[in-house]
Amino acid sequence: MMQHLIVFPVVLPLIAGILMLYQRQGLVRYKRTVSVAATLLLLLVAIGLVRQAASGDVTYYALGDWQAPFGIVLVLDRLSALMVLLTATLAVGAVVFACAGDDEKGSNFHGLFQWQLLGINGAFLTGDLFNLFVFFEVLLLASYALLLHGGGKARIQASVHYVVLNLAGSSLFLIAVGILYGATGTLNMADMAIRVADLPVEREGLVTAGALMLLVVFALKSAMLPLYFWLPKAYASAPAPVAALFAIMTKVGVYAILRVYSLIFGDSAGDLEALEQPWVWWLSLATIAAAGAGVMAARDLRLLVAYLVLVSVGTLLAGIGIGTPQAISALLYYLIHTTLITGGLFLLAEMIGLQRGKAGTRLVKGRPMVQGTALGILFFAGAIAVAGMPPLSGAIGKALMLNSAEGTQRLWLWPLLLVAGLCSMVALARAGSTLFWRSYRGNISGSPLPYRQWFGVIWLLSAAPLLVALAGPVSSYTQATAEQLANPQVLIRTLLPDQATDAGEAQ
Amino acid sequence: MELLYAMTTGVLTASGLYLTLRGRTFPVVVGLTLLSYAVNLFLFSMGGLTTDGAAIVSEGGNVADPLPQALVLTAIVIGFAMTAFVVILAMRARSEVGNDHVDGNKEDRE
Repeated sequence: MMQHLIVFPVVLPLIAGILMLYQRQGLVRYKRTVSVAATLLLLLVAIGLVRQAASGDVTYYALGDWQAPFGIVLVLDRLSALMVLLTATLAVGAVVFACAGDDEKGSNFHGLFQWQLLGINGAFLTGDLFNLFVFFEVLLLASYALLLHGGGKARIQASVHYVVLNLAGSSLFLIAVGILYGATGTLNMADMAIRVADLPVEREGLVTAGALMLLVVFALKSAMLPLYFWLPKAYASAPAPVAALFAIMTKVGVYAILRVYSLIFGDSAGDLEALEQPWVWWLSLATIAAAGAGVMAARDLRLLVAYLVLVSVGTLLAGIGIGTPQAISALLYYLIHTTLITGGLFLLAEMIGLQRGKAGTRLVKGRPMVQGTALGILFFAGAIAVAGMPPLSGAIGKALMLNSAEGTQRLWLWPLLLVAGLCSMVALARAGSTLFWRSYRGNISGSPLPYRQWFGVIWLLSAAPLLVALAGPVSSYTQATAEQLANPQVLIRTLLPDQATDAGEAQ
Repeated sequence: MELLYAMTTGVLTASGLYLTLRGRTFPVVVGLTLLSYAVNLFLFSMGGLTTDGAAIVSEGGNVADPLPQALVLTAIVIGFAMTAFVVILAMRARSEVGNDHVDGNKEDRE
């Protein structure tokens, strides 16, 4: 049983999704029960996986018992366990929130939601480059349909851009995978690391081209600067629980960059070592700058949160650009914080919009809210956390990031990150005062919000104080994760005991 | 054969890219389809081109690399589903937005 635990995050949402195919509409209670139960079960499995990975061992699951490098393997190390746990935590909040009524605005919400989880978990666990492509497609196809959930003009327009861009991205992914396969003769990432370590000189150009094309694809997924223009519109028009789940999607891109380049192009890769770093470093800084301007310019709360996602993506990528274990550790802490908080803010924006009637989430004068005080307190807490002010988790994450920059990197990162933080603070203060204080006089009307929505938001936003209270254990876990990533040889030896020793002797 | 193969892939990619950058949804969909054809051909050639090789296993050498075939099969299936989806999406966008421009603008931008 325990050795099969690794495959559960993939199989569990798959089965739950299939169960919900039984009927397209209706059976609301049945679907909600199955969906929430499956997500909670996923959370338990993820906790089990983190406990298993925390020991520092790398474990793997060979599907169909075909051993690497020929079969497809799911690999569990500290990083993938952490990402699966983060996905499950986010999903619990989003799915409970959706049960308040968002799931009934279109068909098959819960089924698609589960399949999106399947794709995300698969992408985090797989140890095979082509399989990564397949899981990317699974999560994208589910996300296309979820983005359209409920219909409407804005969603369709945003979807056209999102779908076309991602289809072009998928083609590029396949070309990059093809080049890397042609040059190294393998698709298993651990095996590829061995092959890249003793690559003939004449193939270095080809592998560099493939690796950098792969970076373009991951940059599109993670919304790095020249490739982020799809994100604000798509996230701002998606239904709230979907937008909350999408908070993890950009992190799939960040994860893929971390995984592929630390494993394949780590310190054994010779001339090709860390070939992505200069690109990621400069583009991440540009992303932070552009996103800071976007935060200031946003005239809608949801758009504002979408740009805050971009600020966080830039910050995370800057951590990859620095590349030291200390920076990776800071990045992972910040990643947990930003995923949960921005997810929570998307949900909160929806609740605020529901109570303001026609004005919605636009930052204009509107009618007063029935539960304005409670929403205001949550908004205040979320804003402090996401802008990186003490005493909540954003401050710690940001301080760790700033501290990990060295030498001239500080000269670039510190002003940019701090100014972007200031921009977020100004924009959020302006948004908050407009939403909560500038309202028309008159009697307050409207109905209170359902408890499920409150639960979803509080579940996600409570990460901010919890991450401060548990900063010690969390940061020691991320520290250990960063050290594990810096030593990919352990993973390679676990997966391929024979080849790894051969390569070791050859060196 | 290599030259012919490379030129076919190149021309398909270039045409696909050009059409994908057009402003109307129909050329974009056709462009994406051409792009996926080009990618499939490209993947197919990544194991190296062999003539008269056995598809899977034969006695005495000359075997074509079976892995690209499996990859292409997966890529075709995924590409097919995606094309179907994007066609429906383009039609929905046409009926809801009222025109077939990718940005949904009323005025003619081309």
